[in-house]
Order: sequence, then C-alpha cells, then structure tokens
Amino acid sequence: MREKLIYVLATAASLLLARNLAMIFLHLPDEASQGMIYRIIFFHVPAWWTAMLGAIVALVASVLFLVKKDFRHDSLAVAATEVGLAFLTIGLVTGTIWARIIWGIWWTWDARLTSALICWILYGGYLILRRTVDEPTQRATLAAVYSIFAFVDVPIVWFSIRWWRTQHPQPVFGQGGFLEADMKSTLLWNFLAVGLIGVILLLIRLQQEENLREIDALRRETHAIS
Amino acid sequence: MGFIRQVIVIMQKDLRAELRSKEAINAALSFALVILLMFSFAFDPSAEQTREISGGLLWIVFAFAGALILNRSFSREQPNDCLDALIAAPISGAALFLGKALANCVFVLALEAVCFPLFGIFYNTHWTAQFWPLVMVAVLGTWGFTVIGTIFSALTVNLRLREVMLPLLIYPLMIPCLMAAMQLTAHLIAGQPLSGDILVWLRLLIGFDVIFTTLALILIDTVLVG
Repeated sequence: MREKLIYVLATAASLLLARNLAMIFLHLPDEASQGMIYRIIFFHVPAWWTAMLGAIVALVASVLFLVKKDFRHDSLAVAATEVGLAFLTIGLVTGTIWARIIWGIWWTWDARLTSALICWILYGGYLILRRTVDEPTQRATLAAVYSIFAFVDVPIVWFSIRWWRTQHPQPVFGQGGFLEADMKSTLLWNFLAVGLIGVILLLIRLQQEENLREIDALRRETHAIS
Repeated sequence: MGFIRQVIVIMQKDLRAELRSKEAINAALSFALVILLMFSFAFDPSAEQTREISGGLLWIVFAFAGALILNRSFSREQPNDCLDALIAAPISGAALFLGKALANCVFVLALEAVCFPLFGIFYNTHWTAQFWPLVMVAVLGTWGFTVIGTIFSALTVNLRLREVMLPLLIYPLMIPCLMAAMQLTAHLIAGQPLSGDILVWLRLLIGFDVIFTTLALILIDTVLVG
C-alpha cells in the first residue's frame, strides 16, 4: 500500500517538476536587477520550507515518542530529521551560490546565515548522538529530548531577518515582496514539487527504519531461542 | 523536606564533594589559565583590539574550561552506583537537577571571578568600568551555560565517548547564549552603559535562560529515568 503511494507521489512530483523546470528556464524572463541567478530562489525558498516542515515533524514525533513510547514515532523523528537535514543542506548551498554572485562573497556572518548554520550543526548532532547509544529505548529517548532542545533554534532562524538588520533579503511573500505574478505562481508550484519530493524521501526512510527495527527484533528472537 | 530544601541539600552535597576532591575545579582553573596565556601569545593585541575581542575571548575560556566542570557533574555519581541512589531518593528529578545546576553555576562563577582579574592583568585592561552590569551579564550567561550543560551532563553520562559528546552537543545549543554574553561583555568592558541597540542581546540572553530552564525542568525526569 505504502509502496504504491510512493510510486504515485513520485510520478506526480516528476511531472510537476518537469513543468516547473520548463517554466523556470524557458518561459520566465531574467529578473531586472539580478539577471538570471534569481532563478535559484525557486529552489532555495522551497528547500528551506521543506526543511522547516521536517524540523516541525521531527519535534512533534519526538514529543509523541516521549508521551506514548511508541517506536513508530521514533522512526518518524529520525526520517524527518534526516530528510530535513538534506533540504537544509540544499538551502545552505543554493544560498551561498546566490550570495557569491549577488554579494560577491560566499558567506557572511549575519544573523540569518549564522542561525541557519547552527541549525544544520544541531540536527547533524542529533544523528551523531543516535550513533553513540546502542540500547534502542535509551537511544530513542535521549534523541527525542535532544530534538526538542535543538528545535529552539528554528524560530530564531525564522525571526532572525525580522529581529536584526541582516543582509539576507526580506521574505518574498507578504509586505515588501518583489515577485511578479508569474514568478510567484511558479514559486508556489515549486513549493509543491519540492515538498512532494520531501514527503517521498520521508516515506522511503520511514520504511527503511521500520525494516531495520523488524530485523533487529528477529535477530534478538533467534538469539533468545538458540 | 520542601522542594527548596531538597535543592539546597543537593547543591551543598555537590559543593562539598568537589571542594574535598578539587579534581574538576583545579583542572578547569589551570585549563582557563592556559587558554588565556595562549590567546595573549597568539594575538598580542593592542588596547583597542583587546576591548573588542574581550567578550569573545573570555566566554570561549569560560565555555571550554566550564565543560570540564560540567563533564564531572553527573559522571562523579557513577562509582558505587551513586546516581541510581540519587534517582531512587525521595526527591524529584527537578530538585536534583536544580541543585546540581546551581552547584555548577557556583563553580563556573568562581572560575570567572579568577579569570576576569587575570584578564585585566595579562591584557593590561581596565575592566571594572561597568562592574555591576558585568556581574549581571556573567550570572545570566553562566546560568544559561550551566542549565544546558547540566541536563546534557545527565543525558551523556551513560554514552560511549562521553567526554567528546558533551561539548559536541552543548556548544551549538549554547551559541545564542554565548553570543549574547560575548556582545554584552565586550560592550561593558569598553565602558559603555547598557542601553540602546545592545538591549536586544540582553533580551535574547534572558529569553534563552527562561526557555531552557523550563525545558530542562520538564525533561529531566525523562533523561534520568527514561
């Protein structure tokens, strides 16, 4: 059932992505002040949103694990963190490429960039922590506690461009957004495409985690019998 | 025995145990001294530069040397299964945590009380211009540092690679707190009053303390018992 769902979603995502890519590279004109590099926004912003959703899912799953002690929530937390981290990396890399062209530098230590990098290190720390604990219950509990602490940085990343004067551009939606209608609709469609890819990866990772747990259980059973 | 009394008993126990063995505090003090010396050899700064880097330099010293104290906080209880006895004792996890955090806070503040005058002597800097605001910033920063440090000392106590994992997990989490403390300390050592733009850092520091103290008090039972 879940496998079929993954295939359906993957088909939808690739069709949507093909449509968006054609739109981004063939139809939309260059932006007036930034030229052609502005197109990176179509991947940069959706990647960050997907990463943030991943962090939120990881937080909710971690809290649910601590409350219910159900290992399915633990699997969801790992899967969401790993997928979120992958999109966080995409966000950081696309951001630095854009910065190199527009600002002339790869990196600057302003509040947005710094807090985003800290976020990346924090969730990387989550994955390292999991590797150092052998006992599954203890691993899940400690990782869930750490995940809750790590999440505190996420709102700081979100609000950093509002709290401090930063070099990072202001949000493209809401007040001060500079995008034209065509570009805005393409960006929204790409949110959906990138988000779908995130969901597909999440489902695949979830399946792997559950298989892993089943193998672990079987191994322990044979160990007990023999 | 009331909650406050329990906290004080745990704190006194930790202070007494440490003052008799002096193993963590001696190591932390000599480590802080070495880092202070290394920085002065490495940079040989002018008076103006010294004031600019003072916040960063001092808090890096406190964070590195403080980690030695935090590492011992829970691992000290491992021989003779003292930790199990403490958990089984008729006190709440929150009282145990607060007592230990306060004891750690006292140790790190003592370390700072030695480092500030030493910094003034080695770097030939007049650092007492804004003495009481500086004390307040030191206390707020140290509390944020020890709250995170104490709960993660509990979290990592049973891990493989405990000594490595503690700094790896706590430094990224502490960055907002350390950054605020660094900015405020440099500002105050330069003799400027606490007003205007710098207050955003004070608010961040206080918010950090409140959020992480609350989270730690909620989650400590989960960390200790599972």
